[in-house]
Amino acid sequence: MIPELGHYALVLALFVALVQSVPPLVGAATRNGAWMNVAVPAAIAQMLLVLLSYAALTWAHVVSDFSVLNVVQNSHSAKPMLYKVSGVWGNHEGSMMLWIVMLTIFGAAVAVFGRNLPPTLKARVLAVQGLIGVGFLLFILITSNPFIRVIPAPIDGNDLNPLLQDPGLAFHPPFLYAGYVGFSMAFSFAVAALIEGRVDPAWARWVRPWTLAAWSTLTMGIAMGSWWAYYELGWGGWWYWDPVENASFMPWLAGTALLHSAIVVEKRDALKSWTILLAIVTFSLSLMGTFLVRSGILTSVHAFAVDPKRGIFILVLLAIATGGSLLLYSLRAPTLKAGGLFAPISREGALVLNNLLLSTATATVFIGTLYPLFLDIMKLGKVSVGAPFFNATFVPVAIPMVIAMVVGPYLSWKRADLGAALTRLWVAGVAVVAAVAITAYVKAGSGPLLALVGIGLAAWAFVGSLVEFADRIALFRTSFRNSWNRAVHLPRSAWGMTIAHACVGLSILGMTGTSAWQTESITAMKPGDRASVAGYEFQFDSVGLVDGPNFKAERGTFTVTKDGQRIATLEPERRSYSTTRMTTTESAIHTTVFSDLYVALGDPTQNGTAWIVRIYHHPLVPWIWIGGVGMMLGGLVSLTDRRFRIGAPERRRTAGKTGGKSAPLPAE
Amino acid sequence: MKRLLLAALLALSALSSPALAVQPDEVLPDPALENRARTISQELRCLVCQNQSIDDSNAPLARDLRLLVRDRLKAGDSDDKVMEYVTDRYGDYVLLRPPFKATTLVLWIGPFAVLLLGAAGTFLFLRGRRGVAAGADTAPLSTDERRRLDALLRKDD
Amino acid sequence: MRRLLYLLPFLLFLGVGIAFYLGFERDPRDIPSALIDKPAPTFDLPAIPGQMVQGQPAQGQPGGGGLSSARLAGDVTLVNVFASWCIPCKAEHPVITRLSREQGVTVYGINYKDKPEDALTWLSRNGNPYAAIGADQDGRVSIDWGVYGVPESYLIDRKGRIRFKHVGPLTPQVVEEQILPMVKHLRQG
Repeated sequence: MIPELGHYALVLALFVALVQSVPPLVGAATRNGAWMNVAVPAAIAQMLLVLLSYAALTWAHVVSDFSVLNVVQNSHSAKPMLYKVSGVWGNHEGSMMLWIVMLTIFGAAVAVFGRNLPPTLKARVLAVQGLIGVGFLLFILITSNPFIRVIPAPIDGNDLNPLLQDPGLAFHPPFLYAGYVGFSMAFSFAVAALIEGRVDPAWARWVRPWTLAAWSTLTMGIAMGSWWAYYELGWGGWWYWDPVENASFMPWLAGTALLHSAIVVEKRDALKSWTILLAIVTFSLSLMGTFLVRSGILTSVHAFAVDPKRGIFILVLLAIATGGSLLLYSLRAPTLKAGGLFAPISREGALVLNNLLLSTATATVFIGTLYPLFLDIMKLGKVSVGAPFFNATFVPVAIPMVIAMVVGPYLSWKRADLGAALTRLWVAGVAVVAAVAITAYVKAGSGPLLALVGIGLAAWAFVGSLVEFADRIALFRTSFRNSWNRAVHLPRSAWGMTIAHACVGLSILGMTGTSAWQTESITAMKPGDRASVAGYEFQFDSVGLVDGPNFKAERGTFTVTKDGQRIATLEPERRSYSTTRMTTTESAIHTTVFSDLYVALGDPTQNGTAWIVRIYHHPLVPWIWIGGVGMMLGGLVSLTDRRFRIGAPERRRTAGKTGGKSAPLPAE
Repeated sequence: MKRLLLAALLALSALSSPALAVQPDEVLPDPALENRARTISQELRCLVCQNQSIDDSNAPLARDLRLLVRDRLKAGDSDDKVMEYVTDRYGDYVLLRPPFKATTLVLWIGPFAVLLLGAAGTFLFLRGRRGVAAGADTAPLSTDERRRLDALLRKDD
Repeated sequence: MRRLLYLLPFLLFLGVGIAFYLGFERDPRDIPSALIDKPAPTFDLPAIPGQMVQGQPAQGQPGGGGLSSARLAGDVTLVNVFASWCIPCKAEHPVITRLSREQGVTVYGINYKDKPEDALTWLSRNGNPYAAIGADQDGRVSIDWGVYGVPESYLIDRKGRIRFKHVGPLTPQVVEEQILPMVKHLRQG
């Protein structure tokens, strides 16, 4: 009964989404206030219906209702409750449900918080959101209905893929989807602006918080996915340049560019048509990611269940959303007035450079990911594009990006003095030299030359960003109390920028450290054996059997010592899940500030007395994710900026900016 | 229904097998040689598992290829020779870093072409922005402005 | 001109969209062989240990009774890589048998990474259509052939060159539409 209720609510949501789209669009065109206002209650109703539907599906999973096919395929009565709940989105149908939940929450948020939006813009934004909802609700109902029943109901389910039964992966999809779907807001605003034929700083001020929120959650989602791969796959890789990873990375890169170009629109009323294009492209890349992952068109280690019918459906959605909006763009964008003027060396110029490099990076990932497909359909042969290609092409673009990232905030709007900015960065320069020198001395030439570049970049990004902040609050140039006051009164967006930029440095530090100086020992060990990695002694004490709720595990106990001092006890597991008959490794990790000690218990050797044990020392690796979380926090801090909270832009103030006169502008 | 189950099965097989690739018995005693073997392995695609290097894959064929790579290295082959040995048998498809040739031209040139075209476009755009800006800045002063400027200049004298 | 610039993203997207659509028709798992039109690799594989050929233990016979590249030249032949543990191999077995016994194509077998006793049981249960079998226990010779998944079949011309490769089980359709016409053509040429 409850699954039917969910199904029914979903169908109803489809009709409500139609009501959210068509009348408001007509109303906005004919200036009919009543028709436009339909969008607000419709958006809220759509959200409530979708939430109800999602709750019904969750209920089916929680109570293990095996008369529902989706539950049979992805759950088991003995599965822990956490994974019963997360298992809802751990499969194709349920994840699409989560997608639409996020979409409607964002839509309802605009309806509720967008009181200050001009009525036509608001109606159009909500209408476009509604149309996206229509597309995806149709997709779920036609090709991916999670409420299908099985008769007769089996006694128990097939269980969820054990790899997904992990806290890290359990919460990775919600963040990822919140990011993907969050970019739909920027998209809807862009399309609405194109229909309106007007983009102004106020528009950018509405778009930015949504983009920031989406970007922050996507950052978190990607970081969690990478962290999960690191500890779950049993050998400490954290990024594979797999098509599915790339599918999430492209919207992130484009979204990062959007985040920055929107600043130029907001502050200087320039780069308008470019920003609109980026907003369309970013969400399109999110849609494309969904398409790539679910169509089976590219092979990937972690693709979803492949069904061409679904692929075709998403492709049609993609064609309508992206094709339609780009066509609209080609018609309307030329009519957008070019805005504020600036010299190449200026804050605007730096942000343009940022956009150029980020766009190139996006294009690089795009070309690399899709090239095998393009070549194949043109019957020019098959080719593999993997990590070595991306490392060779992405890194050269990323390096100038990070260098410019630090210099940019020093440049003033409109026209700046690059020499003066660089002079003020001397502290960061010293930090780079010191970091590289220390690294070269300590590591004595081990590791590639690129590692030194990485360390230098990390120091540059981290110290440079902090120095800029210190400069802004006049640290050491005035009393500490004074600096403190300045810091407190700095806009939150300035705080956010510093945090996020500095954390980019931390992530680079981690990436460099583990790539260049990771050491490992892969041996067959018996209890009692010892292994030595990076100066640490690992003693394999024993193996015990552990019974989990839906698995049995061998748990090894390792005592780690250094110079006779006990450091940690590590207990890696090798789990066998009875229903899916799969084995997973639960690596044990001891994290310190400088490195991870990582032990994974592999298969027993043929005679059964020893186990294949993989021990790794990953220097600096935790900083990858600390940096990732920091970037997200930076985004969130920025999101609390007062300008965004007020939401109501002062059009009066922006009017002065467009004239190209040097009216005083806020420092940020 | 059957198709759904098949799809589910496919999904499982795609996600299965945590990559516990290199086995202890494969590791070469000579660390320098082993290091070379690992580097080469990371460049070679595991043909059966798709998008994984043989270094990351626990498929039996990946293991055979890892052993082969090590055997070639022990026999004294250079890194390039080992790669050639494998591509002779499996084609360029096994290379995760495709060789530079006619059909991969767009792949290799593409990113740099995007950068160059983008840079050219940006240059034109920035010049346009500045050009107008300079023009605006050097617009003839109004009589009022000139009088004030003159007054200022005189004051400095 | 300026308008065209704004149309560019749409045109690019159009291209990508068409590529995606066409992409459904291809099989990303189908990998071409690097050895087409090249001479078959040189190899010399022993017979499956314990295998009997014409009532005699194969390993006692001249040449070891197994399969070597020398045997491939002369006539158009099919080399089939199989294993007892491979389920699709069993599906294609009747097709191979018919090809060998009724359609007049000499079929050689390479037994890929198999336990000898399993392979022999499998052959005695399902019949042995192979003119000779080489046992590739460590899979090294198969790597020379570019094998990446059993079953695989290679068509060798009279000069001992590989002319055609099929990955996966042979079906009557593949035999009728591709292999037999090719055999006919190669025998004339």
